[in-house]
Amino acid sequence: MIVLDKVSKVYGTRGGSRTVLDRISLQVARGEKIGILGGNGAGKSTLIRIISGAEMPSSGHVHHGMSVSWPLAFGGGFQGSLTGRDNLRFICRVYGADFDTALPFVEEFSELRGYLREPLKNYSAGMRARLAFAISMAIEFDCFLIDEVMAVGDARFHEKCHIELFEKRKDRAMIIVSHVPEQVRTHCNTLYVLDQGHIKRFDNPDEAYEHYASRNP
Amino acid sequence: MAASAPASFWRSLAIQRRVIFALLMREVITRYGRHNIGFLWLFVEPMLFTLFVTGLWSLLRTSHNPGIPVAAFAVTGYSSVLVWRNTMLRCTSAITPNLSLMYHSNVRVFDIFASRVVLEIAGASISFIVLALVFTALRWIAPPADILKVLFGWFMLAWFGAGLGFAVGAASELSEIVEKIWHPLSYVMLPLSGVAFMVDWLSPSYRAVVLWVPMVNGLEILREGYFGDAVTAYYNVEYLAAFCLSMTFFGLALIRIASRRVQPQ
Repeated sequence: MIVLDKVSKVYGTRGGSRTVLDRISLQVARGEKIGILGGNGAGKSTLIRIISGAEMPSSGHVHHGMSVSWPLAFGGGFQGSLTGRDNLRFICRVYGADFDTALPFVEEFSELRGYLREPLKNYSAGMRARLAFAISMAIEFDCFLIDEVMAVGDARFHEKCHIELFEKRKDRAMIIVSHVPEQVRTHCNTLYVLDQGHIKRFDNPDEAYEHYASRNP
Repeated sequence: MAASAPASFWRSLAIQRRVIFALLMREVITRYGRHNIGFLWLFVEPMLFTLFVTGLWSLLRTSHNPGIPVAAFAVTGYSSVLVWRNTMLRCTSAITPNLSLMYHSNVRVFDIFASRVVLEIAGASISFIVLALVFTALRWIAPPADILKVLFGWFMLAWFGAGLGFAVGAASELSEIVEKIWHPLSYVMLPLSGVAFMVDWLSPSYRAVVLWVPMVNGLEILREGYFGDAVTAYYNVEYLAAFCLSMTFFGLALIRIASRRVQPQ
């Protein structure tokens, strides 16, 4: 169970302090899939960063009762001067995963093969995204964080990612944030709408879409 | 190979150890690469530093004390400077280049400082041990009189470096001015640290003043351990320990504050 209890985030800006998240409370049970809809500037990315542990809330508590992934297909945690293999080795150490088991999977899935021995700075953007996604799949998380629905590589590779994440790992919990209702509709049972730092829960998806549409015309 | 959920204290400790080790290995590979002598630079670099200084001092014969050879004086002095100075300097601006790592929920701001502290202390310690062994084998210096006291002095200096590193490192994340002021300040600290003198050589009125400098106390302990009766050492262990302890707590508190401000892209 992941629990957010009255989580607020306030940033100090030149124009005074700005409340990006205002007393957000939500829970995610094992295997539950929640979708968070929000327009531009609603605070989606901040919320994802707080759930992933990248940032600490200004007040309130985040409890991780299960392991949480980094935001998926996110390539920022990797070091450009290191090779793909060394980056994978680092991730395996951080999460206590076995490198020798993970390596063949990542080689196979990312379709990068020999390039894994090259420094990341020599990769194209598409290659980086493939590596990032493959590495996220090599670590077994209880809950996956998905910031927008990512487009990794071409249509065929995108389909492969889709199967790997939503079909092979359909027993896992997922938190999907997006500004496109269609993207959360297919995967989520519980919906939240994030608007100007406030969150509202909907058990009926249609009500959520209606509410979201009225706030984001 | 499931990623672990946080649980008991021991489990958390195991995770923390793993994360610090991962960061440490990552730092070694990014800093030294896999080319030429690779990670050996970790201690070859401080060793060369100490060697050059020792060479320079030997030429200039700056040691005023006939009881101690210049080489021995320089090795103990300069190695000690490196252990606290490198540890502290590596902690400044340590977070910004590693911001994106914060997305891994196991990785905390403290872990980044801890990995750098461990790495620098390890490098300086290996360099000191290797130099001492080589110089002893060449009969340039005598073996230490009391090895435990040497280790104790070394430990205190390393602890001082770690505590100061935490404090200055976290402060440098909170304000850019800290780093700018800190570099010149750490330069001034160098001659005051006892690297080129022993407290005994000073007049009694200066001794009391200079003993307020924490590193002087640590270095006096170390040199007393190394040279035994050949020198008269002045130090206050309680003061040094209290200073290191307060600095560590202060540093950890600052890290906590800095952690709340960390903002990855």
